[in-house]
Amino acid sequence: MSAPRVELEHATVRLGQRTLWSGLDLAVSDGEFIAVLGPNGTGKTTLLRVLLGLLPISEGVVRVNGKPPTRGNPDLGYIPQQQAFDRDLPIRGRDLVRFGVDGHRWGIPLRRGAANQRVDAALESVGATAYANAPIGLLSGGEQQRLRIAQALLGEPKVLLCDEPLLALDLASQRAVTRLIDDRRRSAGTPVLFVTHEINPVLPYVDRILYLVRGRWAVGTPSEILTSERLSDLYGIEVDVVKVRDRYLVVSAEDEMPTEPGAHAHHDHAH
Amino acid sequence: MGIGFYLQFPFAQHSLEAAFLVAISCGLIGPFVITRTMSFAVHGASELAFTGAVAGLLVADNPLTGALVGAVVVATLIGLLGQRASERDSTIGVILAAGLGLGVFLLGYYHGYASEALNILFGNIFGVSSSQLVLLGALAVGVAIVLLVIWRPLLFASIDPDVARASGVRVGLLGIVFLFVLAITVTLAAQVVGTLLVLSLAITPAAAAQRLSVNPVVITALSILMAVIAADGGLLLSFQFASVKPSVLIVAISFGFYVVARVVGPFVAAARRNRTVVPELAELHRG
Repeated sequence: MSAPRVELEHATVRLGQRTLWSGLDLAVSDGEFIAVLGPNGTGKTTLLRVLLGLLPISEGVVRVNGKPPTRGNPDLGYIPQQQAFDRDLPIRGRDLVRFGVDGHRWGIPLRRGAANQRVDAALESVGATAYANAPIGLLSGGEQQRLRIAQALLGEPKVLLCDEPLLALDLASQRAVTRLIDDRRRSAGTPVLFVTHEINPVLPYVDRILYLVRGRWAVGTPSEILTSERLSDLYGIEVDVVKVRDRYLVVSAEDEMPTEPGAHAHHDHAH
Repeated sequence: MGIGFYLQFPFAQHSLEAAFLVAISCGLIGPFVITRTMSFAVHGASELAFTGAVAGLLVADNPLTGALVGAVVVATLIGLLGQRASERDSTIGVILAAGLGLGVFLLGYYHGYASEALNILFGNIFGVSSSQLVLLGALAVGVAIVLLVIWRPLLFASIDPDVARASGVRVGLLGIVFLFVLAITVTLAAQVVGTLLVLSLAITPAAAAQRLSVNPVVITALSILMAVIAADGGLLLSFQFASVKPSVLIVAISFGFYVVARVVGPFVAAARRNRTVVPELAELHRG
């Protein structure tokens, strides 16, 4: 077994007075699909920001591919949630993908041809060639997310960080996008950290769940974590986990329950 | 006395050269101004270049230096107070009003030629001394170089700030650098077309270019081309039509480009759709 691609040891993040999570231990190895679940504002996105080197942890140790997190780390691929681009935004699908090659570099690119070939290959690999030259403002959410995946995979990342990439997508697009991410994991062994509100669309792919609730956390396989006992303990209130066919529903008699992984409530998450 | 006659004179040649360089900077920066929705910042910075110019005129009989100092002050203020897009517009509005009031106040103390003040508002590059023209050209080249160096990360940050940040782009820092480059460009453009008509070089060519293409490189090239033709074309025509101010002719040409682009644009877009988008997608987007 190779060394973990992502390691957190007793990692704690505080924002001002508030502790988002503390003592977090997690090791992610090649080929793993980790879903990061939890209500709004519990620091799911913050975890990604820590790995991206955008936010220092307050305590503990973090390693990405064996090294401390750094800004602009080429070992990481990042896929955000889809975004409403202006219809007139003067940029094509392929330009968005192109950012994955050298968007962060200074100066004017000299070797256009090689970069264009890589972009073409990436577009092809996600099935986006047909609309590569269309303005991104005219593309559907699913089409846009394919481009995002192409962009992230261009850099041959060692770890994929996904921040709600399925949000506001229709069911077919959710499946297509998840499958593309999973393809990469299977073919290249690229581990995936997948932040999501909803576990059900990715459930078939998930190896382990990191569940964050108000400073507390739990890690384990879906069947370990998604139980009434475990989640009641985590939330500190009575929570029922119901399995209906292949879907998990998390319900609570108390109103306090913020967002459930099986519910269709979509709110802004903490940044 | 027409174009050929005036072109013998060094002042005319140097003015054309300076306008050429300034137009290149404007053409380069224009698409970013539109993408970052900062047209109002351009307007604000140019109005305050007026205040700076009047102050420069009063203190040292040097409107260009005054305008440059004013532009840097404005960029700093906008940068400090209006980094969030949501509050930027109102911040610029407040600074613009206060600064313009100050400019009018200062103008009351200026007892030189009234035409000097008018030149600040409507531009008169032929009135700029040759040493200042050199400064103008050098700054324009400097702005163009800075823009070319930051072009890729700035485009990334303008289109997709979250992913740019995740890729290591210093989005906030770039925004501030851009603000300063913008303020200086606006001040340079104000010497050619005047503070009131800066938008004709800094926005109009880029807006026209965006009607004709969705390729950022092509848009920038078109924007530069149209800005250069408008600036130098306007100056050249003013030799022929001496009664019309050069800035009026520059505005006319650049507005002409825009009108043509608005008319032609939909046809270009339709051709692009037929060429690039698969049929069922085209069907989908028709609604």
